[in-house]
Parts: sequence; C-alpha cells; structure tokens
Amino acid sequence: MSEAERGWPLWEVFVRPRRGLAHTHAGSLHAPDAELALRNARDLFTRRGEGVSIWVVPAAAVSASSPDERDPFFRPAADKPYRHPTFYEVPEGVRHL
Amino acid sequence: MEPGRERFERTIAADERIEPRDWMPDAYRATLVRQIAQHAHSEIIGMQPEGSWITRAPSLRRKAILIAKVQDEAGHGLYLYGAAETLGVDRDELLDKLHSGRHKYSSIFNYPTPTWADVGAIGWLVDGAAITNQVPLCRCSYGPYARAMVRICKEESFHQRQGYELLLTLSRGTPEQHAMAQDAVDRWWWPSLMMFGPPDDASPRSARSMAWKIKRHSNDELRQRFVDICVDQAAALGLTLPDPDLRWNEERGHWDFGAIDWDEFHAVLRGEGPCNEERLTRRRRAHDEGAWVREAAAAYADKRAGVGAAA
Ligand SMILES: [Fe+2]
Ligand SMILES: [Fe+2]
Repeated sequence: MSEAERGWPLWEVFVRPRRGLAHTHAGSLHAPDAELALRNARDLFTRRGEGVSIWVVPAAAVSASSPDERDPFFRPAADKPYRHPTFYEVPEGVRHL
Repeated sequence: MEPGRERFERTIAADERIEPRDWMPDAYRATLVRQIAQHAHSEIIGMQPEGSWITRAPSLRRKAILIAKVQDEAGHGLYLYGAAETLGVDRDELLDKLHSGRHKYSSIFNYPTPTWADVGAIGWLVDGAAITNQVPLCRCSYGPYARAMVRICKEESFHQRQGYELLLTLSRGTPEQHAMAQDAVDRWWWPSLMMFGPPDDASPRSARSMAWKIKRHSNDELRQRFVDICVDQAAALGLTLPDPDLRWNEERGHWDFGAIDWDEFHAVLRGEGPCNEERLTRRRRAHDEGAWVREAAAAYADKRAGVGAAA
C-alpha cells in the first residue's frame, strides 16, 4: 500500500509561545514529511500569533511511561520530603534563607 | 473491582481528566469517538454554507473576515479529528464513515444560504449556539477533547461577533437590507434551537454522558441559556425573533418560548433536509479531487527519504 493510501503519518506538535518559554505540546496532525508538518502546524496552531517557534516530532518516536505503572514509577519521590525546602527548620528572625 | 476501573471512577469523581493511555470503559471510549467524530464532521461540513459566499462577499474587508472564519472551521475539524485519534481510531476511517453516510454531522448545516445576510445569521446564531454548547465541554472529563475545546472556544467568539456586526450593518442599512437581515434571522432561529439536541426526556444517552462528565448540562438547560442570551441581542440589532410565544417568565426567571418542530429536526437528520445531498456530494468530490495532492506529497516524501537513506 502506498503512503497516500495508508494515510500520512502522525506528528506531535510543540509550540514556544514566546522567547524565554519552553515549547509545550499543542496537539497533533498528519503530514507526509517534517517540512509539511511544520507548515501545517503553523497554519493549524499559530493563526493568531500563538508561537515564535515550532517543533514537530513523529508520534511513533515518542516513548512514554506506562499509565498502569504510574504509582510505582513515581513512588521514589513520595517518601523524600527532605528534597523540599519546607522540610527544614529555620530559627525565627533568620532572613534571606 | 479491577484496578483500572477503580482508578477511572476515582478520577471522574475527583473531577480530574482521563488521558489517552488510561484504562477506560469501552462504552466511554465509544461514546467519545462518536461525539468527537460527529463534532469534527460538523466543523468540516460547516465550511460549505458560508464558504459559498466567499467569492461574493460585498467588500474586501468582509471577504478577508469570511476566509479567516472558514479557515478556522477547518482548523476546528482538525483539532477534533486529532482528539478522536487519541482514542485509537484513524482519521481516514472517520472520513470514510462521513462520506458513506454512516456518521452524522450537525443537521444545521443542511439548510441553504440564499442571501448574504445568512452569513451574519450563521455567525450570530449558529456559532452562538455552538459556543453555548461548547464552553462546558472545555471541562469535559476526557483531556484531549477538553483541550481542543479550549482552543475552539477562543476562536469562536470572533465568529459570533463578526456575524453580529454583519447583521447590525444590514439592519441599519436600507429597508431592503434590513428586510434581508430579518428574513435570515427568521429562517435560522428555529434550526439554531434544534442544535442543542432533543428535549431531555427524549435524549436517552444524556444521563450516562453526564455521569461520566462528558456532558455538564442537559440539552434543555443549554437551550434555555441560549434563548435568554439572544432576546436582548436581537433587540439591540433592531430585529425580532420569529416566535409569538416568546415572553419573560418572572417566576422562572427565564424567557418562555414556543414549541420546537421536532418532526422537522428528525426529517433533516434522516437526510431529508434541503441540502443533505448537496453537502455530502460536495465533500466527497473535494476529497476525491484532492487525491492527487495527497499522492504527490507522499511520493515526494518517499523520494526524499530514499535520498536520505542513500547518502
Ligand atoms: Fe467551529
Ligand atoms: Fe465557528
């Protein structure tokens, strides 16, 4: 089956709204290649100046953590309150700490 | 209870969002696919009634606005197909179902647009009804759908305002222009009220969608909200709404309105509306006539990939 019959691959689109901000996920779209994915992403997600930079990534190239293992996967963080500044006691009156 | 279902129910109860890779009941998935696909199809078919006026817009300003609006509707369709695909369906498969008539789209788009004032009435009433329906969907329990709706709602407010401004201009124009505006409102008012779907007691799937927090308000509740909003807006336009039973109900704190012709609604839904055939035929033709573009783009991508591999 040709690419056209199969349908164009899916791309995930990330948009940087302003200089100084990170790219964030905006959505996905179909396109035959990266160049057209970028053009389509511009027309689809930045019609009102919502971005100054776009990344497109083939959806098939994204690896994700499993939702089923969500709790055990993130558990190592749960019992380490000493990673937060609020864990520590500071005497009254001490400033800039 | 299996852990997946338990987590699903806990997430819904806590008013948090379900995301694509989470476990979800098959019926929840199927309901969303049907609703999101129908919504996407409506955006795409919805380009036609107004699109036919692009070449005949009365000024360059109006023409540019209309092109931007119709382009937005194409974008809305694409956001929604994207949201549907996160549920494991394929966009091509959904388009097939639209083209073969197995999927529905909103029956409002099966009405004709014989005059320029129709572009205004669609913006004010049809986009207005859509906004009333869609704002609560921004809090829908399925994350990708809710996020698509946030983008869509931001864009819809321009659609409604340009329509309102267009009607206001006509209403304040010559007597002929005023009459044209009134005629368009007379034709679009009742079909717009039908956009909220059958009355609550005839809407069997509503309760389940509300329990799943896909839907947040009942059809009748949203319809009432829309009527209440429109009455003052119509007065400010200097136009009337074609309903002799429209009157303020002090006790309810809402406007009472006349009976909706549900036979008409069901007939249009069955395919007997004035433009069902025309809309689908045109959609199929556009798809077929675009085949060479899809093929050429894919062939170019293949060729470039080959060059990359050889280098
Ligand atoms: Fe739209
Ligand atoms: Fe719209």
